[in-house]
Amino acid sequence: MSGLKRGSVAVVGAAESDLGQVAPHTSPVDLMAQATMRALEDCGLKLSDIDGVFSAATQVRTAPMTLAEYLRIKPRFFDGTIIGGSSFMTHVAHAQAAIEHGLCEVALIAYGSTQRSVSRAAASPRERNPYEDPYRPFMPTSAYALAASRHMHQYGTTREQLAEVAVAARQWALLNPKAWEKEPLTIEQVLNARMVSYPFTVRDCCLVVDGGGAVILTSAARAKSLKKKPAYVLGVGESLSHATISNMPDLTVTAAAESGPKAFGMAKLKPSDVDMISLYDAFTITPILFLEDLGFCPKGEGGRFVSGGAIAPGGKYAVNTSGGGLSYCHPGMYGLLVLIEAVRQVRGECGKRQVKGCEVALAHGNGGVLSSQCTVIFGSDATL
Amino acid sequence: MQDLKKQSPFGVYLEHLKKGELAYQVCADDGAAVFFPRAVAPLTGSPNLEWRVSKGLGTVYATTVVYAKDQAPQNVALIDVDEGFRMMSRVEDIDPIQVKIGLRVRFRVHAGDEKQPPYPVFTPAGGEK
Repeated sequence: MSGLKRGSVAVVGAAESDLGQVAPHTSPVDLMAQATMRALEDCGLKLSDIDGVFSAATQVRTAPMTLAEYLRIKPRFFDGTIIGGSSFMTHVAHAQAAIEHGLCEVALIAYGSTQRSVSRAAASPRERNPYEDPYRPFMPTSAYALAASRHMHQYGTTREQLAEVAVAARQWALLNPKAWEKEPLTIEQVLNARMVSYPFTVRDCCLVVDGGGAVILTSAARAKSLKKKPAYVLGVGESLSHATISNMPDLTVTAAAESGPKAFGMAKLKPSDVDMISLYDAFTITPILFLEDLGFCPKGEGGRFVSGGAIAPGGKYAVNTSGGGLSYCHPGMYGLLVLIEAVRQVRGECGKRQVKGCEVALAHGNGGVLSSQCTVIFGSDATL
Repeated sequence: MQDLKKQSPFGVYLEHLKKGELAYQVCADDGAAVFFPRAVAPLTGSPNLEWRVSKGLGTVYATTVVYAKDQAPQNVALIDVDEGFRMMSRVEDIDPIQVKIGLRVRFRVHAGDEKQPPYPVFTPAGGEK
């Protein structure tokens, strides 16, 4: 049960900042502001229309406040919820609640990171944990590697199946002019790349690049009068299961098994209604886990589900058409870009990688070490 | 409830480690094993947390090998300790890639150094589960 109303709000503007490698001394808030103005241009609204600010960034502890100062806007409502890469999916849910209750009318969700420029260690300093630090896990990679080890043990998932996820992402990225990676990738190249945390090589791991983005949400009523086709929020679901990998109840089942049904329930849809699936792919195991937990395939079948190019261009399922965090862009908290690709697919503006007749797109965010799971389902006006 | 002005959960845990013991807590209200050590029991919110010393036997639940530039490959594992709690640790005295899920392991203390206080590690105990 959700207290929110299916289709009451829509994303009307969506844009990335500059991505990849930005100039020295660019700040994360420079990228947020740049993306904000591009998202406003995308929908035809002005800075002064924004009365709700939602933001999170590892380099900016008080993100809504810092962004409001930069843009000199005075939001009526703000939310800086930070739960890792899925923060922006929760911002969509919270913005929907705020808009439905009249607490704001035009909500900005923004993110920026310069982790490639300043180093990942500087961009995302880790919190001390005396129960894990002595073992020097390479975090967050080793946490996901532990989950992969368990999936391989319980369900027979193979390194080749993990590699399929990276190869499919690369094939999609080659259709996306904004993608960081420009060269083809094979399963053998993934398997033979530098090992980072077994079973992951560096090609099983997301990119470390600069980037950011912004989306603008408003009420369904106001959305109809704006420049682009609205991407209506049909369903949202949020769930937390743990913070540290040592405390994850079952390493083969994520809280997407809770956030997904919440979002589908609110949207009155089922997995087979989804035309395009945008999943947070921090590591090759994560799309496999989320395809299972969101109900696209049975538990344990994810490895076989992605095999044989099934999620690559021309395959059975359109998954991560941007090229994903593995090959398009991963600035550290990638969820905002996961949302943007789903919105663009529903609008039909993805060019060579456009999914034909895409009316429903699912954007799923993951944060921490499989810790926070948040699902947003977008639909075109045909789905209302 | 322990007086946090006098001792911390981690502080008590560390004192046990210095004596060669792996300590954990049990919630007196529901009998559940609690790890990591806390000031308040999870779920029940109970202040009645009793310290226990583990027999030090467990089973590997999940495993990885970290390949860092500044050290030899090292195992990182999650261990299901027999008393009913899970913890991160490292299995030593074995090639790290040979640490398999289900391996039975036994606790010992790693002495640490001036920067790192003592911490628990495990070694193969013989057998699988």
